[in-house]
Formats: sequence, C-alpha cells, structure tokens
Amino acid sequence: MGETDFKIMDCALIAIATGEKAQNLRELRDHLRDTHPGALYYHFWGGLLRPHFDDPEFQNDFAVWASRNLHDSKISEQLSIIDPNVFDNIEDLRHEVIEIIEQRLYETEYIPWAKTGQEFHFIRSQIVIFDTGISLSDPGKFLDIIPKMSLGSIFYHFIDARRRSHENRNDFSIWLKTFGTRYKELRESLDKIDPYFTTLNELRREIDSVFHKYIKGGANG
Amino acid sequence: MDSLLEQYAKVVGNAVIDHLRQLAYPLKGMKILHINSTKEGGGVAEILNRLIPLKRELGIDAEWEVIKGEKDFYQCTKKMHNSLQGNRDDISRSLLDTYEKTNLLNVERLRTKLEEADVVFIHDPQPAAFHHFCKGRKGKWVWRCHIDVSHPYRPIWKYLREYIKDYDASIWSLSTFAQPLSHPLYLIPPSIDPLSEKNVGLSEKEISRFLDSWSINRDIPIITQVSRFDRFKDPIGVIESYRLIKKYVPVQLVLAGGGATDDPEGAQVLQEVKEFANNDPDVHILELPSDAHRAINALQRGSDIIIQKSLKEGFGLTVTEGLWKGKPVVAGDTGGIKLQVINHFNGFRVNTPEGTAIRIRYLLKHPDIMETMGKNARQLVLDNYLITRHLREYLTLVVALLYGSKEKIELKLPAHLQ
Repeated sequence: MGETDFKIMDCALIAIATGEKAQNLRELRDHLRDTHPGALYYHFWGGLLRPHFDDPEFQNDFAVWASRNLHDSKISEQLSIIDPNVFDNIEDLRHEVIEIIEQRLYETEYIPWAKTGQEFHFIRSQIVIFDTGISLSDPGKFLDIIPKMSLGSIFYHFIDARRRSHENRNDFSIWLKTFGTRYKELRESLDKIDPYFTTLNELRREIDSVFHKYIKGGANG
Repeated sequence: MDSLLEQYAKVVGNAVIDHLRQLAYPLKGMKILHINSTKEGGGVAEILNRLIPLKRELGIDAEWEVIKGEKDFYQCTKKMHNSLQGNRDDISRSLLDTYEKTNLLNVERLRTKLEEADVVFIHDPQPAAFHHFCKGRKGKWVWRCHIDVSHPYRPIWKYLREYIKDYDASIWSLSTFAQPLSHPLYLIPPSIDPLSEKNVGLSEKEISRFLDSWSINRDIPIITQVSRFDRFKDPIGVIESYRLIKKYVPVQLVLAGGGATDDPEGAQVLQEVKEFANNDPDVHILELPSDAHRAINALQRGSDIIIQKSLKEGFGLTVTEGLWKGKPVVAGDTGGIKLQVINHFNGFRVNTPEGTAIRIRYLLKHPDIMETMGKNARQLVLDNYLITRHLREYLTLVVALLYGSKEKIELKLPAHLQ
C-alpha cells in the first residue's frame, strides 16, 4: 500500500489582463523584464485551459505571436522549443526567454514589428484549487476515476504538478512511487507522456489508456 | 422534469457540472446581485436569463435587477454605447445630468439590496455610476463590460472611467478591449446557451419546414450570413463573393438579418443590398424579427457553410452559433473571430470577397474536409464557448475576489465533507 491516499484535486483558472502590450520584439523583451510572474505561467501553461486546437504549431504564446504577427520564424522556433518544466522557478524561465530574445535582437538587422491591432497582450492568471473530496488508496481505482475527471483535475495533477514537484513530474507518478517498485513500469509510461502538442481531453485519454494497459492488462497488477 | 443543471449535463457531461458544483460550494448562501438595463432583448439579458437560475440552483442567492429611466436617459446611454465603440458622439451636460440623476434614483430604489449584497455585478455603462452613489456598500463590486472598447471616443471614456476606476475589478470580453485601470482586469469571453431556442437541436423535418417557407432549395449548396444589415458586416462583399463562386459551382446565398425599422442606417444598407442583389433568385434576403431565434437556428443548421465577413467585429457570437451547429465558418479576420476560427481547423479567416470565394469553393469541392471541420467546430464551442464555461469563470472570479489577489488560491474542503 502507498503511504497516503491520492486526493483528487481540481482547479479553475481565470485570466487577468496586465495592461502591458508589445508591438515589437524589443517591447516584448522590455515587458518580460518586469511583468508579473503569473504572466509567464499563463503564457506557457495556461494555453491548455483555454481555447486550444489540435496540433498547435507552437508551444507557448510568445512563439505563436512571433510567428503569426512578427513573421519571424527564427525567433518563433527558438521560443517554441523552450520547455518550461526544466526550470526550477519562473524567474529562471523568464531569464531564458529574455536571453533568447536578446540574442535575436543582437543578430537581426531590423526589429520585427507587428501591425497595429496585432500587439502582444500580457495576461496573467489566478488559479483556484479545490479538493473534490474523492481520494483513493488503490491505483486500480483510477480506471473508474480518470474518465470522469474534469479537465481542471487533469491540468492540476499532470501539468501544474510539474511546477510543484522538485522531480518535475506528474502527481500520479509521484504517488505511485510510494508503492516502491511495484508500479515502476506504469510510472515510467506515465512519465513518457508528452504533455505538449495535445489538449487536456487528449491527455485524459492517454493517461486512461496507460492505466488500462498496466492495471487491466495485469502488467503491474 | 430535469433540473437546469441536469439538462446542461446532457450536453456538456457530468464532469463539467460536478466541477461547477464544487467551485460553487464555498459560495453557497452568498448574495450576488446583477444589475443591467433590460430584462428582455439583447445579449446581456439573454445570458443573465440563464446565469441567474443556474447560480440559484448551485445554492447561491443570486438576484437580477434593472436600472429604470426616462427617454433622455436611454438617449444618453445609447450615445455612450456608440462612443465606447469608437463613434465621436459628444454628450451634452444636460444629458449627463440625467444619467447621474437616474443612477442616483435607482440606487435609492435598490439601496437595501445593493448594500446587503456580497458581490454586485454592474453590466455595461447604463448603471456604471451605481458604485459612486451607493456609499453604504459592503460587498465587492465588479463592472462587466460587454462592449468592444478597443478604441473608445476618449472624452466619453474619460467621463465613465471616473465611475469605473473605484470598482474592485472589471471584466472584459477580450484583452484587446481592456482599458488600463488600477484594479484587476479579468478576461471572460461571452458564450452561447446550448439550450436556447437559437441553439437547441432541431429535427430535420423542422429545418426543412423553415427552408421551404423561404423557398430555399436543399439540393443546392447553401451559404449563409446571419447579421444585422450593417456596413461593418460587409453584406455587399458577401454578394460579390457569391458571384465569384457561382461562376464555378451552383450555390445559394442567404443573407438573414433583423428588421431595420428602428435603425435608419440599417434600412438604407438593406436597400443597397437588395439593389445589389438585383433580384437574383438564388440570393435570399430574409428580414427576420428579432425574436425569430428558432428560424435562425434552422437556417444555420440547414446551411452548408456559415459566413461572417465582418470588417469589424466584437466577439462575433453568430460565428460561435455557426460553429456550434457543426458548420465550417468563413469569417473576417478581425476581433473575437481570431479566437474562434482557425484556418484549416474549423474554417477560414478571410480579408476580401475574393478570399471568401476561394475558401468556399475549396470547401464545397471537399465535403470530407467540411465534415471534419464541422466536427472540430462543434468541439471547440463545447469546450470553450458554452454558458457553463462562462458560469465557471464567474464563480472562479468571485472566489478570487473573496480570497484575495493571490496567484494561487487553495480552498479547503468543508469539514463535514472531509
């Protein structure tokens, strides 16, 4: 048995305009220096909890804007590859984004500029987290629970978890580790799920299918 | 009879409704008061007509009151509305006096409710001065702006800003609309109601009955734009597109809009559209009354492609409605349409009659792609633009307001549920 029960949490996110906007790459860098840390969180992770489309080309809002509105594919590609999960904190992430933009500003002959009306609007978020009152002690119970989990729960346990844990992992894997080596393969499969290039709906299906394979298939049971 | 929440659960799923119930738990018994200018007609009233009963079903003591005024008051607020949307429309001092006096009188009339409420939502400019005149308020006050204020006429915004700046927060539909204020500027896009007459599922029989009544042939592809007869909706450009398409494939165009009796410019645009259509039997110009929701629903469902070739647009709820009916949408690359229509995913964003024509020809040539786009379209609205999402964001906002401005708010599970 695990040391503690797994508590299913849920969350809801609300967006707040910071009022800052950038029309060119230099203004983007300048605002990035001072903007609220919540804006970095929103523009990197918040996309999953708002209108989202299949096969998004880029993985954060800065890269999307650089591509669609600055029409600078080089900087958009460089921004897109940033994995926010590898940074210990938001300030390190902020530093990396600024560094990449600085480099582009240094090497380019002109400053990429967006048309009026296509400025980048900085947005931050507030996240409300609540306990659903559901907890489980047996990983097998996830087979019933996961398909019914809200997208907020999936976001909290699979995406936001990476920010909370030093191991940069999802809550399911962290909890399964308390069972020792028993669910090792299941944990490894969950860790291999790429939380990007997808939607929360799709992520829920992927997690569900991994649990099905290992619990129902008896691989770890 | 199912409760309202149960009816919505059939559309959005139980997980979404459970999520709302849990989010509303800490707000049970709370007094939330909404104030706007009308109980009937218009998008705000449509939303409140559903939001209030839903909040009540979640255990919140939600109420809705309207500001009442004389003719001069509405003349003033109509000018304010136009000015916030960018028209240079100065307002005389005497009209502003009427505005202030009307707000004060209404605050007097509703004082007890206003003072007792835990949270007050004031919708749009009409009752914006309530906050200023209600000195004994104790709750949190939020100003909700439903208008495109991206380029307001400055003198009028400056006047209203003095009343709005002291609210605890404001809500805007898009980040491009939000004006700088020192309180939190929350962003909540509008929504559609899947159970309303305009969006509820219809039988094929009913759809056919409506189309037959307008002599629309279901054997020939139907492309439709539903909107007021307004130059910003570019109805002439839509007819130009239709002509470019018709050179290659048979097609019928439907332009459906509200009656224009109270809008002199609307009547003029309608006349221009009729003249430009030149009695083409495949161009159907429908003047529908403002309450013809079921007819519009049938028209959108009976169409193959929805057009919204706006040159300027707020959020574009007619686009949301079209997407909800599982139709690809070809729409102007402006305003909230950018959030809703993604090229090759659920439609196309266009800038010219030529662009509109080429995208529609492409779609009509590829019915399989139209079908995929239609499915994507409906899913996008299901996930993002239904009233249940709107309600979730209102609840999240209220929790955020009551629990401080922290980035992360953790609610404790009530003791009896632990």
